[in-house]
Amino acid sequence: MSSSTSLTSRLKGRSELGVALLLGAAGALVLWDALGLATPYSNSDPVGPKTLPYIVAGLLIVCAVLLAVNVLRGGKGEAEEGEDVDLTHPADWRTVLPLAGAFIANILLIDWAGWVISGTILFWGSVWALGSRHYVRDGLVSLAMSLLTFYGFYLGLGIALPAGLLEGIL
Amino acid sequence: MDVFSSLMDGFATALTPMNFLYAVIGVVLGTAVGVLPGIGPAMSIALLLPVTYALEPTSAFIMFAGIYYGGMYGGSTTSILLNTPGESSSVVTAIEGNKMAKAGRAAQALATAAIGSFVAGTIGTALLAVCAPIVVTFAVSLGSPSYFAIMVLALLAVTAVLGSSRLRGFASLGLGLAIGLVGLDSVTGQARLTFGQPLLADGLDIVVVAVAIFAVGEALWVAAHLRRTPLNIIPVGQPWMGKQDWKRSWKPWLRGTAFGFPFGALPAGGAEIPTFLSYVTEKRLSKHPEEFGKGAIEGVAGPEAANNAAAAGTLTPMLALGLPTNATAAVMLAAFTSYGIQPGPQLFESQGPLVWALIASLFIGNFLLLVINLPLAPLWARLLQLPRPYLYAGILFFATLGAYSVNLQAFDLVILLVLGALGFMMRRFGLPVLPLILGVILGPRIEGQLRKTLKLSAGDPSGLFSEPIAVVIYIIVAIILVWPLLLKLWRRNRPVTSFLPANASRGSEPTDVTRGSVSHGSHRADGPADGDVGRDGDGDGDG
Repeated sequence: MSSSTSLTSRLKGRSELGVALLLGAAGALVLWDALGLATPYSNSDPVGPKTLPYIVAGLLIVCAVLLAVNVLRGGKGEAEEGEDVDLTHPADWRTVLPLAGAFIANILLIDWAGWVISGTILFWGSVWALGSRHYVRDGLVSLAMSLLTFYGFYLGLGIALPAGLLEGIL
Repeated sequence: MDVFSSLMDGFATALTPMNFLYAVIGVVLGTAVGVLPGIGPAMSIALLLPVTYALEPTSAFIMFAGIYYGGMYGGSTTSILLNTPGESSSVVTAIEGNKMAKAGRAAQALATAAIGSFVAGTIGTALLAVCAPIVVTFAVSLGSPSYFAIMVLALLAVTAVLGSSRLRGFASLGLGLAIGLVGLDSVTGQARLTFGQPLLADGLDIVVVAVAIFAVGEALWVAAHLRRTPLNIIPVGQPWMGKQDWKRSWKPWLRGTAFGFPFGALPAGGAEIPTFLSYVTEKRLSKHPEEFGKGAIEGVAGPEAANNAAAAGTLTPMLALGLPTNATAAVMLAAFTSYGIQPGPQLFESQGPLVWALIASLFIGNFLLLVINLPLAPLWARLLQLPRPYLYAGILFFATLGAYSVNLQAFDLVILLVLGALGFMMRRFGLPVLPLILGVILGPRIEGQLRKTLKLSAGDPSGLFSEPIAVVIYIIVAIILVWPLLLKLWRRNRPVTSFLPANASRGSEPTDVTRGSVSHGSHRADGPADGDVGRDGDGDGDG
C-alpha cells in the first residue's frame, strides 16, 4: 500500500517520463523495422542496411531507460528561455490548440480551396489564437499576405501554389 | 598567391549588381530577423530555403552569407536593448550591454558591438580564406575511415559538450539519426521506416525537418508561454563612440577575435565558450574592473568580437570538410544539398567560383552591416515593438509556405506539424535541437562512409583504424566521452569551489537548481512592470 502511494507521488509532476516513453517507442519502432529488412550478404556491402538502424535503436532505448531513471531520481530538463518566453506561467493550451487547429485547417484546405483561402485562414486563425482582436485589420493583413505570397511565388520563384476554388480568378 | 587571385575572382562575382543586391537583401533581412525575438539566423535561412528553387546557387549563398552575419549582429542589438538574449551566444553580451544601455550608454554599446563585429568578422573571414584551402589540401588525402571518424567526432562533440545534459543531448541525437534513416537505403534500395507509405520513400526532406524543428516548434513553444507583460525596451539614438570608448574597445576586439575563430572552427566549439572566455579575460585585464557588472564597454566589445569571429570560424569546417558545427551552418549545408552540390573537401575544386564568391560576399556583407546598421539602429529598435501575434503567426505562415513549396504536397505539412510538435516537446523538456539536426544531416553520410570503409577492408572492423588520423580522432572521442567521469573523480578527491561562481554569473543555472523561474524573476526584477513577482509561485505547478 505504502509503496503504491509513494509510486504515485513520485509519478506526479513527472511528465518528462513521457519523453522517455517516446524515446523507447521510437527505438522499438526502429528495431522492429530493421528486423524486417533482408540482408543479402555481399562483399560489396558487408555492413548492410541493418547495422545503423540497430545502433540507432540501441541508442534510443538506452537513452529512454537512462532518462526514466534520471527523471525518477529527480532530474529535470531545463525548459528553453527566449525573448518572448515567460516561464513563470504554465503552458497556455488555449493558445496552442487553436494554433494547431488553424494549422490543420490549412492542411485540409490547401489542395482543395487553394493557398489564398487556406493561407488567409491560417494567418487569421493564428493571429486570433495568439490574442489579437482587431478582426478587420487582421483579416485584411491575412488576405494581403496570402495574395502577395501567391503571386510572389508564381512570378518570382516560378512555383505555382494551388489556386483551388479561385482557379481562373487569380 | 593562389588564394588571393581566387578571392579576387570571388569579389568580381559577388560585386555584379544583381549579386550585390542579394547581399544587401541578405544583410537587411538577416539583421531584421536577428533583432526580432524568436527568429535566429538558422530559422531565417531555413524559412528562405525555398528561394533555392529559383535563384542560382551563387546568388542564394551570397544572400545566406548576409543573413548569417546580419543575424549575429541583430541578436546583439536585442540583447543590449532588451536583456533577454535569444541566442545562447549573445548571453554574455547582455550582461554588460544591457547595464550600459540602462546607464544611458546604449549608443556606445551598440557602436562597440557593431564595429567590433566588423573588425572580428573581417579578420575571421580573412583567416577563413587562408585556412580553408589548407584544411582542404590536408583533407583530400584522407580516406573513408578518417571521414567516418571525423563525423563521429562532430556528432559526439556537439552532443556531449554543448548543452547542460549529455543524456538529453544523446536522446536528441538518436531521434535525429532515426529521422535520417527514413527512406530507401542508398545501397540496397530497401525501404526503411517508410511503413509502406510511398511518399516517405525519398526520405524526409531536410527543408521540412529544419523548418519544423526551428520554426514551427519555436512558434508553438513561444505561443504556449507568450509574455503578456510588455517588455521594457530602452530607447536608442544614433550609435557613436567617444575617444575613450575607442581606446577601451580595440584591444578587446582583437582578443575576442583570437578567442572566437579557433573555437568556431572546432567541432562543438560554438560561440558560447569563446564569448565567455573573452568576458572573463577582459574583466581580469581591464583597468576599470569596478565597472564590470555595471556596464563596462570592454565586456561588450570582447564577447561580441568573439561571437562574430566564431561565426567565421564555423564556416571553415563547413566549407572545407562539409562538416557543420552549429545550427546555421547545418541549414546552409542543407541548402548545398538541395542544389545537388556535394559538400566536402571536393567543394573547393568542383565549386571553386561559388565558394570564393561566398567568401568574398562575407567581406562585403560585413562592410554593409557596418554601413547599414550604424544609421539604422533606431529603426531596428522599433522592430522590437512588432505585435507578437503578427510575428508568430507570420513564422507559422512562412514555415507552412516553405515546407509546402518543396514538393507541393499537403502530406509534407502533416510531417511539419508532427515534427513541430516534437520540437515543442524538446524545448519543453530541455532536449537540445542541434544534435537532432546534425543527426538528420550527417546520419546518412556517416552510414555511407562506414559502408565504404568496411567494403575496402572486406568486412574486417580493423579497417576503421587503418588511417593514423582516424586513430587520433578516436582517442579524442574517447577523451570527450570519459571526461565528465574524470572530472567527477577529480572533484571527489579535491572539493572545488572555484567552478561555481563562474557558472552562476553566466546565468545558465545547473540542472539541480531546477526552477528556471527563479533566475527569470530576478532578470525582470529591474523592470517597472514587475508588481506580480509573487505570482511566480503559481507557475511552479506546471511541471
